[in-house]
Amino acid sequence: MEHRQWDWDIGKKKIADFHQWRDLYKQVQEPVVSPDGETLAAVVEVEDMVFSVCENGKLWENTFDRIWYPRFGPNSRLAALVSTEAAWTVATADCPWEAVFDFVWDPRFSACGGHISAAAQNEGQYNAVTDGVAWNASYPSLSGLAMANDGTKTAAVVQTVPFNSGDIFQFQEGCYSAAVNGKPWEHNFLNLWELNFSPDGRSLAAEARTTLYDYTIVVDGMPWPASFESVWKPVFHPADGSVTAPVRKSGKWFLAKNGAIIWEKPFLQLWHHQYSRDGRCIAAIVAPAFGKWTVAVDSRPWSLHFSDLVTDLAISPDGNRVACVGCTDGRWAVAVDNRCWNDRFDMVWQPVFSPDSRHVAAKVEKQGRFFILVNGRPLKQTFSELWDPVFSPDSTRLMVRGIEDQNSGHYCRYVFQLSDLV
Amino acid sequence: MTKSLPTDLAVIPDKGVDGAAARLTPERVARVIQILLAEEGGARLKVYTETCVHCGLCSEACHFYLSNDKDPRFAPAAKVKQTLDPMIRKNGRVSVDFMKKACEIAFTECNLCRRCVMYCPFGIDISYLMLFVRRICHRLGMVPQYIQDTAHSHSATLNQMWVKEDEWIDTLQWQEDEARDEIPDLRIPLEKQGADVMYSVIGPEPKFRAQLIYQAAVIMHAAGVDWTMPATPGWDNSDMCMYTGDSEMMARLKKVHFETAMRLKTKRIVMGECGHAFRSVYDVGNRHLGWKMPPLPMVHAIEFYYELFRDGKLSLAKKYDVPLTLHDPCNVVRGRGLHEMARFVIHKTCTTFIEMHPNREHNYCCGAGGGVINCGPPYAKKRVEGNRVKADQLAAAKAKGARVIIAPCHNCHGGLEDIVKYYELDMEIKFLGDIIYECIEKGEVDS
Repeated sequence: MEHRQWDWDIGKKKIADFHQWRDLYKQVQEPVVSPDGETLAAVVEVEDMVFSVCENGKLWENTFDRIWYPRFGPNSRLAALVSTEAAWTVATADCPWEAVFDFVWDPRFSACGGHISAAAQNEGQYNAVTDGVAWNASYPSLSGLAMANDGTKTAAVVQTVPFNSGDIFQFQEGCYSAAVNGKPWEHNFLNLWELNFSPDGRSLAAEARTTLYDYTIVVDGMPWPASFESVWKPVFHPADGSVTAPVRKSGKWFLAKNGAIIWEKPFLQLWHHQYSRDGRCIAAIVAPAFGKWTVAVDSRPWSLHFSDLVTDLAISPDGNRVACVGCTDGRWAVAVDNRCWNDRFDMVWQPVFSPDSRHVAAKVEKQGRFFILVNGRPLKQTFSELWDPVFSPDSTRLMVRGIEDQNSGHYCRYVFQLSDLV
Repeated sequence: MTKSLPTDLAVIPDKGVDGAAARLTPERVARVIQILLAEEGGARLKVYTETCVHCGLCSEACHFYLSNDKDPRFAPAAKVKQTLDPMIRKNGRVSVDFMKKACEIAFTECNLCRRCVMYCPFGIDISYLMLFVRRICHRLGMVPQYIQDTAHSHSATLNQMWVKEDEWIDTLQWQEDEARDEIPDLRIPLEKQGADVMYSVIGPEPKFRAQLIYQAAVIMHAAGVDWTMPATPGWDNSDMCMYTGDSEMMARLKKVHFETAMRLKTKRIVMGECGHAFRSVYDVGNRHLGWKMPPLPMVHAIEFYYELFRDGKLSLAKKYDVPLTLHDPCNVVRGRGLHEMARFVIHKTCTTFIEMHPNREHNYCCGAGGGVINCGPPYAKKRVEGNRVKADQLAAAKAKGARVIIAPCHNCHGGLEDIVKYYELDMEIKFLGDIIYECIEKGEVDS
């Protein structure tokens, strides 16, 4: 069901009596909530060491020796990693894949939620598996699984050259590559990290170490012509296929595009850069000086700083606004467009922009209670558990998904008229 | 300290060092040293090297010097004189053989324990200077094989012990299953969002000492802590790259560690009983990335246990009644001042505590720290014989009745085990967590 087809009627829906689950089952693990807010699920222990999943009070028919990492995909379909007699697989909506593995982990959803991939291991050999179908090839090690948006490709760092324990010089020749749908790149590297597909899934970029001292970005197996002291995660331009990445040169960090520096201003640190949807704007988390953290938009740092950290950068859909989470002296805050919202919290989650870019909401925690801020102002309701707020596609409403206080323990889905809140 | 030092360039064979030396030329050695002195040898290096007057007051602080019959070659200032001084004086024009010897001194004759800093009238940090030598060695590709292999593991797996992603998760689930045999409602919550604590460990725990994870889970459970462990790389807080001179890899490791906690939205990180990892997350690695302090509160196990007892979160079923002593780990005592907290926990949980002398910030290093034990078997004998004073110190505590040594640090465990065995001290070594696990009320226990 598309975002706009979700129930956006104003009001409160009582979805599940989560508190009651704790009375029914020996163990109830951390609940998860579907993106549309209509389903609450948790792994529960129905008998001694026998587990199932409870969705809105209804148990899956299947039970397993172990279930973990239940997560809803973007289409609100629930998947979990399940094991019976030491054989592992992925179960989606109570339906386990036929294929089983010695271990399976790190599940990923395609952008629409129609495909699920995971890393898998059988008899010490590793590959990736999508919708129950594994790569043809397997490798002695695999890490950093990545999935293309449309779910048709998966990639991971794989070991392509065997080396014995302690054979440091063989390692330094380069024994790792990236495999896309099981097929490795032609070249090997000392290390690869942070594989990232282009938005159309046609290209794959990665951080690479080519010698003990030289770092670069590799795109579809080809290194950039320049090398650097270090690099961070590469990102594709949303439209033109170019790749940008933070690079370190002479002890300072810059932003580079296809190997050439494009942000001439050096930073003490620069990472987690993001494009606006149209690719016009780039924002990044930067440290202009030691212990001074902020956001830079198109290389220009905000005047606002945080001393502890900045994290959870978000760019508005129109590309004109930027928000982040910052922390100074252990007190967390939301900052939007170079201004910090007034209050401070024990924890703050990534700010969410409305589709029209006019509003910002964020989940925050203070003294063990969770609530939502909208444009800096708190909603009245507080919760014992809360998930990120969701704006309606027309930006007029806000969905809040939370479990009410311990006495009630109901999971509820609220839809508010945004004009009433702001 | 004015007499000239013997010019003995004999070195212990090491595949990493010898293999690199075979490929090096004096020109490359000079070029690398010149570049590093110009680009990274800033005011701190200049102040330290130009301020030292070779008074020799640091000598008596060094366990290598004391244990090698006060051989002047092992005096801290002399280690600088044999390594960095000629490199600076000759603008990098030193031989490959010289570099081999410098590598051995910097990697295996200094534990970077910072005891000598306290005895230097100028506060010169010899460990910083030895790390600078190691940085040069790294850039020459000349690093002892065993610790270089560990650095490679860090780079490939983001943990110290080549633990694969699935092996890590499987180990945690295995430990949870084991623990549930004892405590049926115990959990090791993986990937829990928003927990108060992310618990992080070092690579050897899942590899060799998985029972420590079990014990930590029991302690967390008994204390009612809201905690989680990550199921992704970033779980390992250790960092041998800090000690090989690979600062770039050190930074990468710290980034993934802290960002794992940020992703999980935990309010702080509690780490197991490890010293060098604490130095990396609290002092060196975080600062290399631009964080003045750890971006999230970083709590060593000693401090965490102290909090739990201070706040009445743990109650005791019994006290540990074997007489014991405490080894103060350098990185959390000289580096963080946790010595009184450790004693608080010991007094809470044990009946008979016997101080070893010297103690607290004056304690002798275990001889394993600073990556020395990680340089492996080629240097083991030299390492153990280079810490005879530690054996004497332990023997004195034993003479007063101590039968157990508490060492709240993994490397200290390794170092002390070797010393106890080599010098036939017949003492048992434990973590604080071992004692706490043994003594606390564990809650619902399956009979």
